[in-house]
This record gives sequence, structure tokens and C-alpha cells, in this order.
Amino acid sequence: MQRYETEVIVIGGGATGTGILRDLSIRGIDATLIEKNDIASGTTGRNHGLLHSGARYAVYDLESAQECIKENKILKKIARHCIEDTGGLFVTLYHDNPKYHDLLLERCKLAGIKASEISPMQAMAIEPNLSSHTLKAVKVPDAVIDPFRLTSSNMIDAVERGAKIFTYTAVNKIITSGNDSVGIECINKKNEKIEIYANIIINAAGIWGQHICEIAGIELKMMPSKGSMLIIDYRTNNIVINRCRPPADGDIVVPGDTVSIIGTTSKEIDYDKIDNCNVDDDEIDTLLKNGEDLLPNIRRTRGLRAYCGIRPLMAVSGKVKGRKISRGIVLIDHKERDGMEGLITIAGGKLMTYRLMAEKTCDLICKKLNRKLKCTTHKLPLPGSEKKIPAKQTIKHFSGIPASTVGSTFYRHGQRVHNILTKDKKNYRLICECELVTEGEIEYAIKNLNVKNITDLRRRTRIGMGPCQGELCAYRAAGLFNEYNSTSPEESLKLLKDFLEERWNGIKPVFWGDGLREIELSYWIYQGLFGLGDFGDSDTEEN
Amino acid sequence: MIKLQNISFDHCIKCTICNVYCPVARVSLFPGPKQSGPDTERFRIKSPELVDSTLKLCSNCKRCEIACPSNVKIADIIQEAKWKYLKRRWFRPRDLILSRTDLMGKFATLFNSIVNFFTRRSIVKFFLYLFIGIPYQKTLPEYENGTFEKHFYKNYPDQNKFPDHVVFFHGCFVNYNNHKLGRDLVKVLNSLNVGVNLVKEKCCGVPLIANGYINKAKKNAQYNINSLSEIHEKSNFKIVSTSSSCTYALKNEYSNLLNLDNSAISNEIEYITKFIYDRFESGNIFKMKPVPLRAAYHSPCHLERLGGVIYTIDLLKRIPGLDLVILHSECCGIAGTYGFKKEYYKLSQDIGKDLFRSIETANPEIVITDCETCALQIEMNTQFKVLHPVNILAMAVKE
Repeated sequence: MQRYETEVIVIGGGATGTGILRDLSIRGIDATLIEKNDIASGTTGRNHGLLHSGARYAVYDLESAQECIKENKILKKIARHCIEDTGGLFVTLYHDNPKYHDLLLERCKLAGIKASEISPMQAMAIEPNLSSHTLKAVKVPDAVIDPFRLTSSNMIDAVERGAKIFTYTAVNKIITSGNDSVGIECINKKNEKIEIYANIIINAAGIWGQHICEIAGIELKMMPSKGSMLIIDYRTNNIVINRCRPPADGDIVVPGDTVSIIGTTSKEIDYDKIDNCNVDDDEIDTLLKNGEDLLPNIRRTRGLRAYCGIRPLMAVSGKVKGRKISRGIVLIDHKERDGMEGLITIAGGKLMTYRLMAEKTCDLICKKLNRKLKCTTHKLPLPGSEKKIPAKQTIKHFSGIPASTVGSTFYRHGQRVHNILTKDKKNYRLICECELVTEGEIEYAIKNLNVKNITDLRRRTRIGMGPCQGELCAYRAAGLFNEYNSTSPEESLKLLKDFLEERWNGIKPVFWGDGLREIELSYWIYQGLFGLGDFGDSDTEEN
Repeated sequence: MIKLQNISFDHCIKCTICNVYCPVARVSLFPGPKQSGPDTERFRIKSPELVDSTLKLCSNCKRCEIACPSNVKIADIIQEAKWKYLKRRWFRPRDLILSRTDLMGKFATLFNSIVNFFTRRSIVKFFLYLFIGIPYQKTLPEYENGTFEKHFYKNYPDQNKFPDHVVFFHGCFVNYNNHKLGRDLVKVLNSLNVGVNLVKEKCCGVPLIANGYINKAKKNAQYNINSLSEIHEKSNFKIVSTSSSCTYALKNEYSNLLNLDNSAISNEIEYITKFIYDRFESGNIFKMKPVPLRAAYHSPCHLERLGGVIYTIDLLKRIPGLDLVILHSECCGIAGTYGFKKEYYKLSQDIGKDLFRSIETANPEIVITDCETCALQIEMNTQFKVLHPVNILAMAVKE
């Protein structure tokens, strides 16, 4: 058994968890993060990546809207390389209630969000694929954010400042002494037990926070609500397009990196279903139908995959009956609520407000630890975002390497591109041809970004996220794992198989057209050429 | 930014077959049609900054499009990206000269002996190389005395006597550089009882498109569409051409690349061997005499793309006495004006190497090919004379 001691344990490696870890390590508090899967593998990595301006909340939830616009401005500064400042549009279509448009403008003004009305013609000029049924349009400072990069950058910064991270390690037990929690017992993938002792334990497990509280003997009720999204093969729009109406299913199309995402649906599900929920067919229909209202030709494009995430909404009162679901931040000191010293739960909120959630949590930690340390995360840029350098300059710096490759690597890693690319041919040859991921980037990720398998690699680099969904690159990546991570050939094969199975899981809901042809070829390579479907079966038989 | 109507690139299933068939990727750093076309198109849509300069290396031979099982217009995507995103100098004298084939032709045919005298001199070639970047190793095309149009109206005034008629889109090469081909065409068609008509025409636009003069190409294309559709409407004549690239442009590129409506004529245009093949098949065959020659046939890329190679081969096989060797289909490397640029000269030679070798091995007396620039390239790199299939057919006509 391994034993560690630290000051603060953070449970959950989402944006909030890694945000807290970074905040703590900047303040100089020793911290360790435990994540049962990979970082950003839960709700953080399963949204449409919209950097809200707050306009979406302005009409019904002014407080959230104000929070959003404030964080929006901060994140655009500290996380430049995770954000693309696309801008956003709210469009009123002919069958929408035009009053909502006026209301939106008025409330945005109240919340301090810079919203300006533009004519439908101007909107069409900005976004040529927009529906010609557009009556009114409002321009807002929406943007897009890549949650994987954001989480990973928080992690890098924290680790470089001395924090520890254990991924694929699940919390088994909260160790208590009397009424106080003093540490956790967890178990990793290799079935090794790890004990970590700390003064304070932060439950930042999001929707899984209910489970963490359960093992601590505390009742905390989450209200899981599933949201599904559909990815389109390429960018159908270069600006975020919102439907100007009260929030409903499928009323937003977000351009995220090389793809566009239609979001989202909302379905309440039971808590015991949160670990295996799938996108339903009727959700795909709803998304496509509503997406088509905004961008009429969207059905002609290729649906790449569909996925769903669970919103970590929670009932504020300990009992369920209140049903007072808030999307605001919920910070619970269990000493006050349940009499258990040393456990804090942070929940609710949005990806947008992850930094604020971390700040509030860390302020509470400092108060409890009796340390007078101020938060600086709103000023300190994340690693990769240190300087404001245009892509053009970086492309010029690496002249000789294709501009598309340099530009994409820079887009993904910001200034860290200088740690990744070299003018050595082996370094910049492409492993993932769809998303232009080079061998150098994969080597960097495997060695520096806490990557345990190809799915983790995908979250750090976008490998296998393009049109072919790992058809070719997965095999190359598996080979590189063998080269750089010293996994055995058998282990690499296992990683390969797991990765492709995970990819196909997301493609299943959109089995039609070109996507179906693509997957036929993928399957032919996988099974027809390599016979990978049978790999591993014989082992289980022997066992 | 992309209009959602034009999404051919999205049909790519990344099978990578096109890369295998790309003659440029084989000999250079060109990342291949898949990477340059559909793959990076997604990035160009995202941000025009992400355009790769290697796009320039594409010679637009269209072999990738022939290979593609998903019907992705790969070469068109690359061509369009080239002129949309790549920065070019405003004034490019070399490209201007190479792409204005009709302007050059009109001028040169006036003083053809002087022009030919000079373009044969190495010192002139050296200056051309030095000042505008045309490779000095290259044999330059020779010009005829006067235009084919003039000769036609002077020498063939009696075309009306035939029961059937076609419109002959002669293109620049026949008009300025190779009257023999035009005369042979008239001879062959006349012996099939088909009269030949000419209309006012401009350069089809292929060299303009290749050099990025899109507005000029559009103007020319519209002029040709108007003039051809006018006569077609009046008389219902079919339109034929002896140039495979002109035919491909008139038939497909006008709509695919230049976004012009050529629907009135696109189904009426035929490459000449297809037209003659149809006549032969319907029983309208002229009497043939043997042509005792050993010939190697090279199929040009654009005719392959057009799907016209089988007709040419079929016609050649019908000629008695002709000992035909069909060469393995390969690009000769010249790709129109591509091989006339010093920066691509070596590439274009490297691409053609295998073809030249296979011609030498075949050891023919002559080489036959449908394309005028392929002919230039082969004549320069082998010791054989190159003829057009129509030349051979004319040799076979028994009078």
C-alpha cells in the first residue's frame, strides 16, 4: 500500500477540480488530485464548448449572466489558446416570438453584456449559411472554448508547481477520525490501494459528488439531467449561432475547432444511469430538425458522432422535496451542514464559471487552514497563453513545416508549440491526418500530459476526432505508445481496441450517409485486415 | 467559410487511394491529393491562414479524381484553394505569357518564321529563363503561318454539301501551332460525310485557370458558352474538339470550377474520337488503307478523366497495319503550362521519367497521344515523333 500526505485532496479531475488544484498550487498549498477516469472525461468534456457571453441566461437568470460575462472576459485573457473568439449571434426566425429579441437586448444591457442589434442582411454576410428566414439578429461576445485543453492546461500548471495527480484512481473510502475526515483510501487500475491523508478533502466530482458524499455517510442529492449533442464533420458556421427564444432543445450551433456542434437536449435521468447513458434516436431527430431551422443545409453534411453529458444540477436543500434546482454555484462546508470537519463539496455551476468556483473553494480552504493567501488565477495566464502572439507569426517561425500543421498545433497548445515542433521530419510527420496531429505532438503528450491510453491522447491532441474517427491514426498511435510509453505490443493492441470501440460507440447514433461508408471502411481495416475484433477473446477463454 | 451547397470534400472516406495515383507526390514533397484536398479543406474553412504552400505543387492532372471511389472532386478543390487562399504577385509576366495562349498565338502567327527562328536559339531561351523563368532546357512550341481559321475559310469553302455537320472547337493549338491536325480532322470528317463548321471562340480557359486568372477564364468561358450554345440552338450540331483538355474544360470545368451554367452545351460536346467511334459503330466507316507503323499510344491524364481513352484505342485498333503498343497509363509531367515554369521543370521531368523509359522500351516508330502538351513533352524527351490519333486516321483514309 502506498501512503501519501498532503494538505488538500481534490476529488474529481474536471475543469473545477483541476482549477482548484491550480489555484491551490499557485497559492502555495500542497494538493493532490484524484480522478477515477481521465481528466475532463466527465461532464467537462461532454458539452458543446460554448464560452457564454451570458446572453443566454440574461433573460431568466441575471446573476448567472453577470457571472458569465465577467468570467468570459477573464478567460479570454488567461486561456487564450483554449478559446477562439468567434463572436455569437442570436437570431430570431420568422416563427419565433419577436418580443424575446427586445427582452434579450434589454436584459443584456442590464447585465452589462455588449449586445448590439444587426440587420438580417448583415447577419447573412457574417454567416452565409444562415437561414434566410432570419427576421432579427443580435451580436453578442460569445466565443468557443475547448474544455479538454482548458483542463489539461490547468493540470500542467498545477503539476509544474508541484501538485500531484492520480488519474484512473477511484476513491474507495473516506477515512475518518471521529467526526472529521482525515484522508481517503483509493484504488487504481492495477488494483493497488493508495492512502492519502490531508487536512481538507474537496469533493469536486460534479455529478458523481453524490457518490462521494454517500461513502462519507452524508446525503447529497444531485438532479442528473442529460444533454445530447451532435457533431458535424466540419465547420458549417464560423460564429456561434443561438436561437433567440426561451432556452429549448437544439437551439445552438457552436463551431468548435474543425467541427460544428448542434446542442443540446435536456432529459432528466435516474442517478444510477449516469455512468452508462446513451444518445437516443429521438434526440438526434430533434437536434437535426432544430439545427436545420438555423442552418437550412445542415442535413446535407455528415453527422460525425453524437454524445451526451450529464449536467451536475443539484437540489440545494439536503432533502429532495425542495426541487429547487440551481445552475448557480453551490459550495457546501460539510462542517456546517453535517458536522463533518474537513470535507467541502463544490457543485453546480457551469464550465464557464469553473475558475470562479475554484476561487471560492480555495478562499474557503484558506480560511479553514488559516492562511491569508489571495487568489491570482484571474490574472495569471495558463501555460501556453502567456503572450498574445498571432498564429501568422508562429507559422512564419516554423517555415518549412506546412502552415496547416503549425497553425493547428499552435491552436491546440498555444506557446507550448515551441516545446512540440521541431524542423526534424520525423517530428512533424502526421499521425492523425484529419486533425493534423504530428508525431512530435504525440510524443509531447505521452511524455508530459499524463496520458495513459489513446483516449486520453485524444483529449490532449484531438487525434481520432476528425472525419475518419481513428480509422488510420489509431494504429499509428498504438505503435507510438509502444515506442514512447514502453507499453508492450499486447498492451498497445489492447489500447487500440479500446480506443476504436470508444469511437464507434459515439458513431452508432449517426449511422447513415458518408459516415456509414467511412465506418464500413474502418471496420474492414479493423476486422477484415487485422482481425482485431477477436483480439483478447482467447485470453478470457483461457482464464 | 463554406457554402453548404458545395461539399464534395465531405464525401472523402480517407481511403487514400488518390495518394497512390498522384504522380507529383511520388517525386516531391507534395503531401498528396487527400491531404491537400479534402483533409486540409476543413482547416481552410476554419481559417484561411492555415493554407499550405505545397498546394502549388499540384499539376492538376486529375489522376486523383479518376482514382477516387467516392467521387470527390479533389483536383477542383485544390485548384479552387490555390486561387482563393494562396497569395500571388499581381504582375507575373511569365504566367501572363503562358496563359494567354490566344494572344500569343495571334501575335506569333503574324511573324511566325521570325518567332520560330528566335525561340529555337539557346541565347533567347537563356534570356527567357533569366528574365521570366521559362526553363531554358524546354523546347518551345512552333507557330504556323496565319491562323487555322483563315486557312479553313480559304481552303474549305464547300462544307455545306455534306448531309451531316459538326461544330469544330479547334482550340488554340490547332489554330496557331498545328494546322495539320485541323486539316486532317476535316479530311477524316469529310470522308464520313460530315461537314465541319467553325464558330467564334476564345481560349477555353485551361491555362488561365491553372495560372489563377479566374476572372479572365470566366469571361472566356462565358463567351464560348454563348457562341457554342447559339449555334447549337440554331442547328442542333454536335460540338467536337481535338484537344482532350479543352473538351474537359468545356464539358465539366465550366460548371464545376467556374460556377457557370454550361448545361446547354455540356452534353453536346464530344472529344473527337468518341464522335468518330459513334459514327463507326452506326456503320458509317470510311474505306481504310493500311498504315504500316509501329506506334506507342500514351493516354493523356485529362482524357482519362473524361473517360475517352477507350474510344481512341478502339479507333486505332481498327486501322489495318498499325502495330499498336498501349503504354501503361502514366502522367508525362508537363501538365499544360506546369512544365514551362522553371520551379517545376525538374519535377515535371521526374514525373515523366517512367513514361519516357517505357516509350524507349516499346521501341516504336512513332508515338500517338491525344494531348498537345503531352506531345511536346514526349518529343522533347524521346527521339520519336508524336502524332494525334486523328493524324493516323487521316493517314488511313483511302481516297
